[in-house]
Amino acid sequence: MKSFTYTITDPVGIHARPAGLLVKAAKAFAGAEITVSKGDKSAKATQLMKLMGLGVKGGDQITVSVNGGDEEAAAAAMEDFFKNNL
Amino acid sequence: MNIVQGKGVSQGVAHGVIYFYHRPESQVEARHNCDPAEEQVRLNQARETAAQALLDMAEAARAQAGDSAAELFETHAMFLEDEDYTGAMDELVAQGCNAEYAAQQAGEQFAAMLAEMDDDYMRARAADVKDVTGRVLNLLLGVVEGGIDSDEPVILAADDLAPSETIQLDKSKILAIATQGGSGNSHTAILARTMGIPAVCGLGEAFNESYHGKEAYIVGETGQVIFDPDPETLQSLETRQAQQTERQELLRSMVGQEDVTLDGKKIKLYCNIGSPEDVSAVLANDGQGVGLFRSEFLYLAASDYPDEEAQFQAYKKAAVDMKGKRVIVRTLDIGADKQVDYFDLNKEENPAMGLRAIRICLNRPEVFRTQLRALYRASAFGKIAIMFPMIASVWEVKECRRACQKVMDELSAEGIPFREDTELGIMIETPAAVFMAPELAKLVDFFSVGTNDLTQYTLACDRQCNDLGKFFDPHHPAVLRALKMAADAAHEAGIWIGICGELGADTALLPTFLAMGIDELSVSPTAVLPLRAAIRKSIAGTCDLELLKG
Repeated sequence: MKSFTYTITDPVGIHARPAGLLVKAAKAFAGAEITVSKGDKSAKATQLMKLMGLGVKGGDQITVSVNGGDEEAAAAAMEDFFKNNL
Repeated sequence: MNIVQGKGVSQGVAHGVIYFYHRPESQVEARHNCDPAEEQVRLNQARETAAQALLDMAEAARAQAGDSAAELFETHAMFLEDEDYTGAMDELVAQGCNAEYAAQQAGEQFAAMLAEMDDDYMRARAADVKDVTGRVLNLLLGVVEGGIDSDEPVILAADDLAPSETIQLDKSKILAIATQGGSGNSHTAILARTMGIPAVCGLGEAFNESYHGKEAYIVGETGQVIFDPDPETLQSLETRQAQQTERQELLRSMVGQEDVTLDGKKIKLYCNIGSPEDVSAVLANDGQGVGLFRSEFLYLAASDYPDEEAQFQAYKKAAVDMKGKRVIVRTLDIGADKQVDYFDLNKEENPAMGLRAIRICLNRPEVFRTQLRALYRASAFGKIAIMFPMIASVWEVKECRRACQKVMDELSAEGIPFREDTELGIMIETPAAVFMAPELAKLVDFFSVGTNDLTQYTLACDRQCNDLGKFFDPHHPAVLRALKMAADAAHEAGIWIGICGELGADTALLPTFLAMGIDELSVSPTAVLPLRAAIRKSIAGTCDLELLKG
């Protein structure tokens, strides 16, 4: 498993649009299970509504973990995604 | 006179007849003894058709209101691919429920989840889920989406409008939007603003169907719906409307036009921005570039020095979004009136003449290096230009150039792409820079005059001091003569000169600027089109320097 933590800089947080983009980005790694968690709540990066339901806002720290598939590449891509979009 | 007060979410005044929008009724009957296979096929078809319709709408929205509006519909289409949401429907169908009931239940469940969240933005998203669910239901029930049944344009009224409803409605028939519910955050409000339709929301129960067919005024600025205005109010409303129409027509006709005088003198009309997000305003107002990107926001918003990566992302975003048009980034300009705690600067009696802007950068090479690295890295993604503020001496510019060269050498060695021909310029803000302009011009690619500081230093008038009144005069001949000296020096050396201070948008001075041969004006995005209109009416050849006389 590969994981990293990230602090959200977008003040609105994981709202509808970036959540949609995140799902798209995560779906590119079919073999990997990517999980986003905030505190004790978590959602798979492909679950759009659950992601929105995490209620992630600007300044929140989230943990992203990747299981299976090309973990290295998926984790790197996710890290890039968060830096660029959130 | 009767006024219903709501919240203005999109500016403008409109006058017309209220039309209450009737949503097609979706009556859902619950049945529990259906053939799961059959219902599943119907449900799948409805979801696929709905998703396709949303993607078509995304294309329509892209054409009408731009990428961000389109992405909203694309996200809606993705809701329909969300396995939790569709799974909840499928599960009910598997238990023998009809497709309609299954879709409605799943929609309510997920809308409720969002509606319960401790976040206004997310609560507003519950409406999006309902919107998507309603679309699937209409398809299952065979309901045709309603339009506006009126030949004349109307003020569209509703309890609330779903974004898909707003985008589907025939815009040529909508003068304004007024809703009982909704907030400034709602996508309907956002769309109304991008499409330039006045909108008022949150009018509540006081605004109801009894007003259908009545004449009213909608005032986006004040959030009011006004019925039967008294003569005085009516007059002010009509004046406002007339001004607005005139302004809009004039400005609309200016989009896409060249910034050129009647006798063919071309001006670069650029914009001043404070963050990469402002680029959308630049593009919406047809600015031809960014003449001043104040990089301070990165420092002022942070609690510690912003790192290279964060800065790089911000500059890159602006460069990419401007699609190859010039983006002039001014390096760190703090000190004086802009203080940042973590810089830990000593308190100064007279900060305007203290350690500020380029002086800090040259004293703290590491801070400067971080910013220059971020800028050069971003230069690979568009047309970045770098501008140094508060220059007074030739050696300062030479030192800046050395710092740039060092950064370029580092990046080359690291194999990181950048543009070697990135333009370098300086701000002309001090009388010293004006006197030294002929020498400075040989060291840079362009000048940009910061008129606010140039006025303050030339006239020895503190900008922060409110009591100076008539003594602080940006039109003072001394300031204008300084501008002319800098312009002459720039042209002598074959470089261009612009103005990025507030004076740039002052149309009273436009003839003087044209007479000096100023090449670029950088103004706030909303000032672009009025200034373009003024430029296109001017004849540079007949402009004079009368104002420079004492």
